[in-house]
Formats: sequence, C-alpha cells, structure tokens
Amino acid sequence: MIPELGNFSLVLALSLAVLLSVLPMVGVYRNNQLLMTLSRPLSAGLWVFMLLSFGCLAYAFLDDDFSVRYVASNSNSLLPVYYKFTGVWGGHEGSLLLWVLMVASWTYAVSLFSRNLPLDILARVLSVMGIISVCFLVFMLFTSNPFDRLMLNPPADGTDLNPLLQDFGLIVHPPMLYMGYVGFSVAYAFAITALLTGNLDAAWARWTRPWTNAAWAFLTIGIALGSWWAYYELGWGGWWFWDPTENVAFMPWLVGTALIHSLAVTEKRGVFKSWTVLLAIAAFSLSLLGTFIIRSGLITSVHAFAVDPERGLVLLAILLVVIGASLFLYALRAPVVKGTASYTITSRELFLLVNNILLVVSTAGILLGTLYPLIHEAVTGDANVSVGAPYFNTIFLPLMALLVVFLTIGSISRWKKTSVAYLKQQLVKVAIASILLGIVVPLAITQEVNVPIFLAVALALWIILGIARDIQSKTANKGSFISGLKSLSLSYYGMQTAHLGMAVIILGICLTSHYSVERDVRLAPGQGIEIGSYEFIFQGVERVQGPNYQADAGEVTVLKNGDPYLTLRPEKRTYFATGSVQTEADIDVGFTRDLFAALGDPRGEDAWVVRIHLKPFVFWIWLGAFLMAGGGVIAICDRRYRVRDTARKDVPVQATDGLDPSLTGAA
Amino acid sequence: MLAHRQQRLAIVLFIIFGTAVAVGLVLVALDEGINVFYTPTEVSSGMVPENQNFRIGGMVKMGSVVKDGLEGAEVNFLTTDFCNDVLVSYSGPLPDLFREGQGVVADGYIDNGGVFQATQILAKHDENYMSAEVKASLDAAEEHDAEVCQQ
Repeated sequence: MIPELGNFSLVLALSLAVLLSVLPMVGVYRNNQLLMTLSRPLSAGLWVFMLLSFGCLAYAFLDDDFSVRYVASNSNSLLPVYYKFTGVWGGHEGSLLLWVLMVASWTYAVSLFSRNLPLDILARVLSVMGIISVCFLVFMLFTSNPFDRLMLNPPADGTDLNPLLQDFGLIVHPPMLYMGYVGFSVAYAFAITALLTGNLDAAWARWTRPWTNAAWAFLTIGIALGSWWAYYELGWGGWWFWDPTENVAFMPWLVGTALIHSLAVTEKRGVFKSWTVLLAIAAFSLSLLGTFIIRSGLITSVHAFAVDPERGLVLLAILLVVIGASLFLYALRAPVVKGTASYTITSRELFLLVNNILLVVSTAGILLGTLYPLIHEAVTGDANVSVGAPYFNTIFLPLMALLVVFLTIGSISRWKKTSVAYLKQQLVKVAIASILLGIVVPLAITQEVNVPIFLAVALALWIILGIARDIQSKTANKGSFISGLKSLSLSYYGMQTAHLGMAVIILGICLTSHYSVERDVRLAPGQGIEIGSYEFIFQGVERVQGPNYQADAGEVTVLKNGDPYLTLRPEKRTYFATGSVQTEADIDVGFTRDLFAALGDPRGEDAWVVRIHLKPFVFWIWLGAFLMAGGGVIAICDRRYRVRDTARKDVPVQATDGLDPSLTGAA
Repeated sequence: MLAHRQQRLAIVLFIIFGTAVAVGLVLVALDEGINVFYTPTEVSSGMVPENQNFRIGGMVKMGSVVKDGLEGAEVNFLTTDFCNDVLVSYSGPLPDLFREGQGVVADGYIDNGGVFQATQILAKHDENYMSAEVKASLDAAEEHDAEVCQQ
C-alpha cells in the first residue's frame, strides 16, 4: 500500500511539475498575474509530493518490504537500520529519486527566499526549474521507477546493499553532491531567464550569486566527502584517482568556480555578461553530463551501477534537449546581453578573466581525458586505451600553479584600473617572502632539495601572505586594527577564507604526495616494521561477528619512539547476503599525520599482507575543502544580499544598480 | 575607442595564450598518460614494445595463484584469455575481488624474463562486473581460438 502511495505522489509531483513549467510561463507572455503567482504554490506542492514519495520509499526500506524490487535488490533484513535508510539512495532508482527531490527542494527554496524578485522573473525561473523536474520525473517513471513491485514470488530477503556503501560516508556524500549538482540548476534557470528577458544587469547577478555560492559550497563538500570516503573505504589509502566519476563531479565544480568569479565581475562591473550566462549553462550541463555518463554505464567506474542502454538513450535525449535548447537560445539572445563598460589590462576584471580561462581550459583538458577512450573507440573501433592519472596531473597541476599566481594578484587588485605601482607596492615583498620561505622552511625541516615541495610551499605562502598583506592594508586607515576588521564585508571574508582553503589544500596535497610512506609487507603475528618514529607490530587476526557480516579483525599495535601509542584494528569483512569481501582500513586521523593500516590477503600460516601508511598532512586536503565551502557560506551571509534588496522592495528592480551609470549595459 | 580595441586585443591574446598552453599540455600529457590495453595473446606474440607501460587483462587462470614461498608480499599468477597465458608478478595486497577464474586488469611492464611486473592490480567494485576491456579481450580470444589455438 505504502509503495503505491509513493508511486501515486510521484505521478502527482509530475503533474504539478508540468503545470509549473507551463502555467507561469504562459502567464508571463499573456501578462496574467494570477498564472504567474501560481508558480509559488506549485513549487511548494511539487516539493511536498516529492518528499512524500521519498518518505514512502524510505518506509519500504525500513519495513523490509522486499516485494518492492528496488528494496529487494538494495537491502537486507540484517542490515543495520541506518543503512536501511541510506540504502534508499544506494542504487540507481533511489538516487534518481533523491536527485529529483533535490531539484524540487531548490525550486521551493527559490520560491521562498526570493520574495523580492519581480514576479515575472520569479515565474520564469521557477518554470525553467519545473521543466527540469518534468524531464527527470518522466525518465524515472518510465525507465527506473523505484516503486516497481515484484508481484510473483517476492523474495524472502533482499540481496543486500553493496558493502562498499555500508558506511557513514554514504550517508552524507551523495546528498551533498546532489545538492551541489542540482543546485547549479538555479543558476541555469536564472541564466535562461536572463536570455529570455534580454535583461542581464547587476541586480540579476546579485540574485544569482548566493544561489551559485550555495550550490558550489555543497558540491565542494560533496566532492571532499567522496574523496574522504575513497580514502578510508576503498581500502588502499588513495584519495583521488582521476576516475571518470570523480572527473564528472569535478568538472562542474571547476566551471562553477569560474562562474562564481565571473558573476562577481558581472555584478560589480556589468561586463562578461554573455560569458557568465554561458558558464551557468555549462555548469549545469556538465552536471547533467555527469549524471548521464555515470548512469548510462558508458564509462565503467565504481558508481556505474546502471548499465542499461535504454536508460542511457533517454538520458542522452534529455541531455541533448537541455544543452541544445539552451545553446540555441544563447546563440539567438546572447548579443542582447552584451556588456559595454571598459576596463584596462591591469584591472581586477582582467585577472578574473585569466582565472576563468585557466579554469575552463583545465575543465576542457579533463573532459578530453575522460571522454578520450570513447572518442578513440568511436574513431578506431578499438576499446583498448585508457587515460591514467599522469595525463590529468600533467594538464591540471601546471594550470593550477598558474591560477594561484594570478589568485593573489587578482584579489589584491582593484576594479576598472589598478596602477602597476600599487600592485608592486603591495606584492613585491610578499613575492620575495614566499619564495624565500618556500625554500628555506622545507630545507630546514627535511634537509633535502625538493623542487616540487619548494614550489608548493611558496605558492601556498603566496596566497597566505597575500591575504595577510591585503587585510593589513585594508585596515591601515581605520583607527584600530579591530575596527578595521569590523569594517570589512562578509563577502570579503568569504573570499579570503575560500582562498585560504586553497592554500591549505595545496599544502595537504603536496606534502602528503611527497612524504607519505607506503609499505606493503607480509607480517606474521609478532612481526613489525618501523616507519619514522613509529613502529607497527602485527598481533594477528581473529574472527569477529558483525550484524550482517563476519570479519577477520587484525590488530596492529603502534609504538612511538618505543612507547606504546595506540592500536589500529583493520578488518576484512565477508558479508552474509552476497558473500562479498570488503576491506575496512583503520586510520588514526591526526592534524599533521594519519596512521593507516589495512589488511590485504592471508599468505601462508598466520601471516597476512598488511598495508601500512604514514601520511603526513593528508587531513589538510579535507580541511582546505571545508574552508573553501565555509568561504562560500560566509559570502552568502553578506548583508547586501538582504539589506539592499529589502530597502528597494517596492521599487521595481530595473537595470540600474546605482554603482556606475555606465553599467546599464543591457541593450 | 582605442581603449576598447586594446581591451579586445588583450582578450584575444589571452585566449590564444590559454589555448596554446592547453594544446601543448594536452599533447605532452596524452603522450605519457595513455595506457594501451593488450590481451595475453598479443603479449605472447611480441606485439608489445619493450620497457613500455601498458595494461594487460584477462582471467586469472584457475589454480595458478602462488603466494607461498615467495619473498615478502609477492604473489604470482597466470592471466589468460584461454588461448595464451602470461605470468604476472605483483608485490602487495590483492584487491578484494581478485579471484581465480575472475577477470583481472593489471598495470605494468614486461621484464627481461618475459614476466609481467605489475605495479597495480585493478580492483573492480562489483561482483558481476567484467570490465569492457576484459570482455573485449576474451571475445578476441574466442575469435582467435578458431584460428590459432587449435593448431
């Protein structure tokens, strides 16, 4: 009964989404207030019924209703109750349901928090988001309905959730990632609206910015969690593999990062308008492309659990319609939203343009590498090449190094025109200090010449010292340092926090890549190895029983400088339902180093192959990502997104922003 | 007007510069980043240049996995496309889904003794999953069977 209710509300949600995508848009072109006003209640209804539908599926999972095919293939009565709940999005159909629920949530959020948007704009934005919901609801209902029943002979028990997904990471990683992916649909809807109205002004950019920041922050967290999950759950201590799945999440992130910066220019200076629109379209299209690549099983990877050509074709159709239609609209309308303000070669605009070019070029490089096996197969008919990490590193790392060089210059420079003398005065000392310290500090600590490390530390310092220098000069004329700090805006703090996150990530990645010690050793009980000041002693393996698995639990005692320090307990689990084997690493997380132990396979008598890692500063990779996302959130809280909008509530928001008369660029 | 033109020029130059850097990087990167995949039969027939990294894929031959009596974490096994076998040597923990009779893909190179020295054994994360590469390799082997193997 409950699954039917869920199915029914899914159909109702589809009906409401169809109404949402048609009625307000008709209202706009007939100038019918009533139809436009309908967009709000329709968004709310869509969200309510999606939530209900999701709740029904969750109930079916918690209730062990194995007559529902999706539940039967992704759950098991022995599964702990929290994994039953997260199993809802553990497979194709359910994660699609979550996807659409997210679209509906963002749609509803826009209708809630954009009270000050002109009605005709809001109607268009919500309509566009309605169209997206329609596409995916149709796809779900006709090709991948999570509520399909197994009417004949429902199984007594389910086949279990993939053991890899029985983990805390899965509870939080997909929802965050989807929030980010889907969040770009808001920026996309705003971009389409701008093309439809031909009106792309500072006010438009200001509406779009917080939504883009929010989506970007979610995506940042989602990707970081995915990487963290890969680090401890895939069992081998790597945190980034340039796997197609990672790439398709990373590309919208890179384009989203470019979009955030380009939106800043569009808001403040009224230029890069059509470029900003194109980036918004690209960010969402890449999110869809990601969904398509992963769901169609076109490229095999960890996440490709839906290898079904029919689904792939439907998704491809959606993808072509969305990308094709928006690019067509763009080609027709982009000349209308052209910017006219001028800027010079040393302005912040130009540096942000460089930022955008570098980010887009690295995205293109990653896209090429990800699709290269497909292209190669299409051209030669030979499915025998794959593109490995060296390709991606060669493309990505130099571009990022260049990006960091421009990052500090860009964030210290001024809009419109920055004198070269000012830049020199601000940055020469910073540059010298970063280069010197970047060489001296690592040299003093490690006593070895390591150019990549010098470069990484210098680049990180270039960001950090640049931030310090900028804050210093911005607070210099403000009475006291504290009152100076108070006078800076939250969006400024957001920017600097995110940039600091970038520095922390650079340090984390470079230090952990260069100084990690990874040893695979065959150890009998009592034997051990020494890494640095740590000694790892393997105590043997014993059988333990979990709720739905049996495990070989190893015990590795760690001594530091000869004294007992801690015990690591890596496991090798065999799950009852499927018989599949899963390595559970044990990690002692620390601020400056992680100690990692994983059980390999048994070798002879009581000996096992044990993988022991000492990974310095690996924690900083995720710390940096969280700083970045935090920066995005801080920027959203900036007063001008609220105060200025409420202040002008009853004034119809028009092209002029009041910053500069020359900014009313829309033709 | 002049400022406007300069601005245009600057943008065009930036784009050309960016594209040039990108193309250069892509060419270098493709050169070193691409792994070509070979089947055991192709490897046995000497199709693979020496000292070059590549991927080999096939099935782990039943009964061929040797773990005991080797040094450290070393393991040896035969990978087969049911036509030819290649001996693979690897040092380290085997992935959870590594089984005799199951598909395997390994990264590495052929040493002077004709043994494939694997630097990485690829873990595949689904029980029923056979990589497209392994599948293609086995299909190729079957075709091959008719011509070569039954001699």
